[in-house]
Amino acid sequence: MKSDTIAAIATGMSNSGIGIIRISGTDAVLVADKIFKAGNKKTRLTNAESHTIHYGFIYDEENIVDEVLVSVMKGPRSFTAEDTVEINCHGGILIMNRILEIVIKNGARLAQPGEFTKRAFLNGRIDLSEAEAVMDVISSKNEMALKSSVKQLRGSVSDKIKRLRSEIIYEIAFIESALDDPEHISLEGYSEKLGIKVKKLLNDVDKLISSADSGKILREGINTVIVGKPNAGKSSLLNLLVGEEKAIVTDVAGTTRDVLEEHINLHGISLNIIDTAGIRFTEDVVEKIGVEKAKKIASQADLIIYVVDSSVDLDENDYEILELIQDKNCIVLLNKTDLEAKVSEEDFNDKIKNNTGIIKTSTRENTGIDDFENKIKEMFFHGKIDFNDEVIITNMRHKENLIEAYESLNQVMISLENQMPEDFYSIDLMSAYSSLGNIIGEETSEDLINEIFSKFCMGK
Amino acid sequence: MSGQLGIKEKVDVCIVGAGHAGCEAALACARLDLETVIFTVSVDSIALMPCNPNVGGSSKGHLVRELDALGGEMGKNIDKTFIQSKMLNISKGPAVHSLRAQADKAEYSRAMRKVLENQEHLTIKQAEVCELLWEDIEDSSKKATKKITGVKTFTGAVYECKAVVLCTGTYLKARCLCGEAITYTGPNGLQAANHLTDSLINMGVEMRRFKTGTPARMDKRSIDFSKMEEQFGDEKVVPFSFSTNPDDVQIDQVSCYLTYTNEKTHEIIRANLGRSPIYAGIIEGTGPRYCPSIEDKVVKFADKERHQVFIEPEGLHTNEMYVGGMSSSLPEDVQLAMYRTVPGLENCKIVRNAYAIEYDCINPRQLYPTLGFKDVEGLYSGGQFNGSSGYEEAAAQGLIAGINAAQFIFGKEEIIFDRSEAYIGVLIDDLVTKDNFEPYRMMTSRAEYRLLLRQDNADLRLREKGFQVGLISREQYDEVLNKKELIQKEIERLKNTTIGASKRNQEFLEKHGSATLKTGTNLAELICRPELDYETLVEIDSERVKLPKDVIEQVEIEIKYEGYIERQLRQVEQFKKMEKKLIPSALNYDDVPSLRIEARQKLKAFHPVSIGQASRISGVSPADISVLVVYLEQFNKKRGE
Repeated sequence: MKSDTIAAIATGMSNSGIGIIRISGTDAVLVADKIFKAGNKKTRLTNAESHTIHYGFIYDEENIVDEVLVSVMKGPRSFTAEDTVEINCHGGILIMNRILEIVIKNGARLAQPGEFTKRAFLNGRIDLSEAEAVMDVISSKNEMALKSSVKQLRGSVSDKIKRLRSEIIYEIAFIESALDDPEHISLEGYSEKLGIKVKKLLNDVDKLISSADSGKILREGINTVIVGKPNAGKSSLLNLLVGEEKAIVTDVAGTTRDVLEEHINLHGISLNIIDTAGIRFTEDVVEKIGVEKAKKIASQADLIIYVVDSSVDLDENDYEILELIQDKNCIVLLNKTDLEAKVSEEDFNDKIKNNTGIIKTSTRENTGIDDFENKIKEMFFHGKIDFNDEVIITNMRHKENLIEAYESLNQVMISLENQMPEDFYSIDLMSAYSSLGNIIGEETSEDLINEIFSKFCMGK
Repeated sequence: MSGQLGIKEKVDVCIVGAGHAGCEAALACARLDLETVIFTVSVDSIALMPCNPNVGGSSKGHLVRELDALGGEMGKNIDKTFIQSKMLNISKGPAVHSLRAQADKAEYSRAMRKVLENQEHLTIKQAEVCELLWEDIEDSSKKATKKITGVKTFTGAVYECKAVVLCTGTYLKARCLCGEAITYTGPNGLQAANHLTDSLINMGVEMRRFKTGTPARMDKRSIDFSKMEEQFGDEKVVPFSFSTNPDDVQIDQVSCYLTYTNEKTHEIIRANLGRSPIYAGIIEGTGPRYCPSIEDKVVKFADKERHQVFIEPEGLHTNEMYVGGMSSSLPEDVQLAMYRTVPGLENCKIVRNAYAIEYDCINPRQLYPTLGFKDVEGLYSGGQFNGSSGYEEAAAQGLIAGINAAQFIFGKEEIIFDRSEAYIGVLIDDLVTKDNFEPYRMMTSRAEYRLLLRQDNADLRLREKGFQVGLISREQYDEVLNKKELIQKEIERLKNTTIGASKRNQEFLEKHGSATLKTGTNLAELICRPELDYETLVEIDSERVKLPKDVIEQVEIEIKYEGYIERQLRQVEQFKKMEKKLIPSALNYDDVPSLRIEARQKLKAFHPVSIGQASRISGVSPADISVLVVYLEQFNKKRGE
């Protein structure tokens, strides 16, 4: 039986030593063969016998991506009972991610959550009695993926996609209403207009693809929250890490009243850093809201960076913060070492359960920042903080959808160039519309009919 | 009971209603040799067209062609009685070409009546069916809890039968509204059917109320056509029916006329909105968005300065003209004032007022895609009763309901068309699967595989099924097989005929403004060029043999749009996988672990026939479908053991 070819990262996404990318389906071997060159320069995976392992390199066109071991298992003697290839690569997130992307670029599609298991079951590899477990896996994994997919999308990105979709559906509705009611609505001269529109859409989608590449469409990475009293130097720290003046830094305590969010890549580790308003008792309404928000965000963080102004004594505000971050992974920065110290490391011993380090810094003089970065790296590679691995998958899925949308729009351009009749345009516009819809989790079924009736006056 | 005294008859099938759905259902059953009775409140109103005087139109034309390919009557009947014909969208792709013909309404009705009257095994009976007769089914392995046994008329006559097809159109508890004036009648002042609804409710059928409307008819002599644009029919008419000889439809045609509303018209409407029963809240039924009244158009599209108005003849032997585009339920005096603002209608005399009509129909989600009721064995329905609108939609459903009532009686597998096979399939799937809140009209945008579902290939797609059912003769079927073979062979020949860069060929290309050749190519490649086609290529195609026009048409479409068609075929392949996974009626959704609650409730209430249909129910997610697929596998394996 012919089945489409799916791929996914089979190991967890955290930094284990080895990662496995699994490909399954009719073209699994073919796809792997396209991107793999054997160490002996002779072996082709397409000629390889079942249940053999091959040493070599993964290529992205001309460039070596990683040194790998590839195992080939022909169906039905594989987990899914289909032809299966497993690429054992180095375990870094970026590497695994990159290889998966190359695999997809070469003809596989990203597996749905639980899809390998589902296939294994449908192909008779998993016992009937385990069906229930299989269904559980599918349903819980999908639930999780769905939640993270929508939650992780940046608000600005989802707004953008909504706007693109509404532009696309308008064009489709116009074409379709003209087809349904040619005597009321004319398509004369429409092709040129559509051409301009589609070019713009292509451009917009392309930009989104680039931002997906640089990880800008999702709130991805380790959820890191900077907390501290007002004017401890939180915003200065963020600016140092990001390398640009995003947060407003003044000498006035309580300047950052809202929450700032920044995505940084620290030695290959993704951090989603949130700068919060300083936590203190306040009567200022706006600031109060900011403080409440900060508390809430801190409670959801994977990692807390607690910035302490070491030039002033600890006070009740500090104790409140300490209360808040009790059970969290936490790095304490004793900031403002350029000033006379009123607070020392000892003051924090036994005050935070998961205190993983106290580092002295001066954001003004840019000292101690390297220590701080190294600390994060160390925590990550020792597994103290975990990467939210759903994010990479989500990002990949979104990107896949964006690329589909791009290709559909491109097909519209081709149809326009070939002077195809108008009804051909709407077919591919519709595909683009639904690909984009997948990203924001919206169904498409009745949208078009509703758009036609609300925007165009039809009929008898 | 008075029923004891009445007459008692025994037949195979009862058809309730003789509109476009009823006629097709009755003919299908009778032609399959079943003793059939068709009931109508008025024999003079068989196949009545109470609204627009035409058949076909965008996507509706497709339905008629498909129905014809399956052995239905509408296509043949309009070919006999049309007075103008047009192929719409001819400048666009072949998938959206659609036939529309103006009908001589009286002739259409008369011709259909003649067909019915002369059909063997078919009896026409003027009577109002008031009650359905049924009994409970004890067999718990069946989904249905009831079984149809017959019908009872107003006079107490009982017709025992094995199947009933309900095609009551807009007659159930109908009321017509013209401003403040309300009459409790069906269309055109015909008697409404006021009893059947109660019987259906007693059976547990869920009813709803829809509305639709029609514009005024005017006296031709009172219209000034010189102020309007004349609209002609096509020079070369294409017949609807695959069995009609094209030479027989090249007749003298009559014209339609186009004029426009203006700001004055809109002012009058706006000033009198309070007297519209819709805006005054008197109408409870849900009306269709695609066929808005002129009031609706003016309110919803307030920035539009004018709306088109088509003046169309109702027939050759009447002076009545249909005013397309201006249906209304405003009071008579407002109607007259409003119509008289339109250029050419300044002195118009209204023969029949515009009105809105409200009627009972069902929520069609109680039906299987066979158009049989899930809960009542032997009960089928079609047309506006199912919440659709339009003559063509009705006829298509009537045919399928009739065929399946017959298949049921024969104990044969009932027919279902999926969304990739026919517009009829899309129509029925939409009706029985989706939430419909207004009378449903066919639209080309509803067919996701429309490149494959063209009006030109309806015979190639559907003749076979018609033959299997028994409504298409061996001879007609052989014709299609032969046509398919000719098409296939010619496509292959064109793909295999190489065209070299000879001087003659290059000159030919230059002459037609087409790029000259660098290397050899084949004829099929050249046909793909927008500036060339099959006909022009005859000059450089020396081996060509003369082929029938319809074969050439198919060859050209298949080649020119090959890439697009192939893409749709691939999508269909994916789609079919899900459609083919049937859900056994014995499956209990409570036994399926891990389904979300919403999905479980929806599926339980719905009983989809396939995984494909299940996936189209709103509230059922892809993950639920995956879970269901796994469960189904386990279920089937266990049953197999």
